Amino acid sequence: MSGLAWLGCAAVWLAAWGLVELIVRRGPRRGFAGRAAAVAVPLIFGATVLFWWEALVRGFAVPAVILPPPSAIAARIVASPAMLAADFAQTMKGLAAGYLIGCGGGILVAVAIDRVPFLQRGLLPLGTLVSALPVVGVAPIMVMWFGFDWPSKAAVVAAMTFFPMLVNCNAGLGATTALDRDLMSTYAASYAATLCKLRLPAALPFVFNGLKICTTLALIGAIVAEFFGTPIVGMGFRISAEVGRMNIDTVWATVAVAALSGSLLYGLVALAERRMTFWHPSFRGRRS
Amino acid sequence: MATRATPVVVVVLAVLAAWYVAAVAMNADLQRQAFDTAGTADAAWPDFVAGTWSQAHPRLPAPHQIAGEIGRSVFAVAPTSKRSLVYHAGITLEATALGFLLGGLFGFGLSLLVVHAPSLDRGLMPWIVASQTVPIVALAPMIVVILAQVSVTGLLPKAVIAAYLSFFPVAVGMAKGLRSSDPLHVDLMRTYSASRPQVLRLLRLPASLPFLFASLKVGVAASLVGTVVAEVTKSEDGGLGARLLAGSYYGQTVQIWAALLVAALCGAGLVGLVSGVERLVLGRFGGGR
Repeated sequence: MSGLAWLGCAAVWLAAWGLVELIVRRGPRRGFAGRAAAVAVPLIFGATVLFWWEALVRGFAVPAVILPPPSAIAARIVASPAMLAADFAQTMKGLAAGYLIGCGGGILVAVAIDRVPFLQRGLLPLGTLVSALPVVGVAPIMVMWFGFDWPSKAAVVAAMTFFPMLVNCNAGLGATTALDRDLMSTYAASYAATLCKLRLPAALPFVFNGLKICTTLALIGAIVAEFFGTPIVGMGFRISAEVGRMNIDTVWATVAVAALSGSLLYGLVALAERRMTFWHPSFRGRRS
Repeated sequence: MATRATPVVVVVLAVLAAWYVAAVAMNADLQRQAFDTAGTADAAWPDFVAGTWSQAHPRLPAPHQIAGEIGRSVFAVAPTSKRSLVYHAGITLEATALGFLLGGLFGFGLSLLVVHAPSLDRGLMPWIVASQTVPIVALAPMIVVILAQVSVTGLLPKAVIAAYLSFFPVAVGMAKGLRSSDPLHVDLMRTYSASRPQVLRLLRLPASLPFLFASLKVGVAASLVGTVVAEVTKSEDGGLGARLLAGSYYGQTVQIWAALLVAALCGAGLVGLVSGVERLVLGRFGGGR
């Protein structure tokens, strides 16, 4: 690429940087405009990175087998929506089932052992330990047990999400103050009433923290499980198969879909969190 | 100590007991077939149960089989042999350590940038968070291929994947930690007209140590996960991930479980190591409990 083109690229970079600085220092902070500014800053940042990616790949004539430019990836996404949609649906089946089982199970067990301190003291250290282990390793075993289709992926996801959820939910159930509990007992509230009206709502911030951690874990689990054997559809299968065939743009297209679905899942949980724990200090203090 | 250990021991024993029962249930079909072909379909049930616990390729190996496999592949084979789990664990730990180092330094650097430049905080931080919703492991096969094209092979591709997983907890934890110093102390530093590097070195860094170690523990565990996954895609170099893959190809369930358990031990060991360093360092800073 000529020196002039490089100069242009540098100019784009400087302009984007200047714009971001301007928005951060002088831009609106409140109301609708403030929220738009908060979204615009990372978007400008991302667009600049994409621009430089495209420019560098073209400028240095990087072969597409190593790193395709973003435009080629976008073209691939537009060209084969049916395949990407089928992969997405296949992976989501396992992910959703496993996520529900793992997180639901974690919450239920946390509530169940809540009344038995002995089990708590026995299970929680194990839970913390298991949360730190490479649980993805059970993927080949689950594929052996539950076959190639989505149930084995669901099992991996459930195994990965169960313990982080259990640990978080249990921490949440302990998050009430003595004053709150005293109030409930002056009302002669039963255990069930205290649980539903006080302790579960108080545990929600912790539960949502666990749910957020688990979305990322679940996506990892579902995709890795597909590396170990799968019917010929699914995002993990697509990635490992197309890497072998050197169709790197298809791989990147799948990765883009996976990234997008990961962000969407995370966003959904974050949205639900904001709706359900609006009373929590971390949201109450936000600009409205 | 004894009162704290009792519940854990009881739960572990219960898990082991449930495991043996599950092994009988899950291996029953295979065992029935085995007895049928051997012509001893009317074997007494103690033989049957003992059989389900000692198959060569069980669906669920009994704990003592896994322990035996680990014992064999750790003590009975030379540690340099490819059949030794010590050899494979060594490869995995090497890549994990390098990845953890790279990821930790990168995450630390990012947190410094984010804390000191408001435009980066608002522009970069959302992408750091988004980078973790990308299933990193989906990138693993590609990172290996890309780096192989530019003739970077061996330890580094695996370490890069491990670093990608472990930089995030460090970056986010440290960004929080560096901001966690008491506003009163910051004001005090200002009255001393301390420069920014001085505030960083004398106040912000010591104040962020508890956050640093909490995120390092998460980071080292994530680094191990990344390495194991990378080894599944790059299995020719060996490592625990490669053992998992080989085991799943050849139906060697005992071998898979043994590799898994060793990986778990490595993970627990690494987290324990970081905790040990934490206790030492925090003790030196007077924050130890």
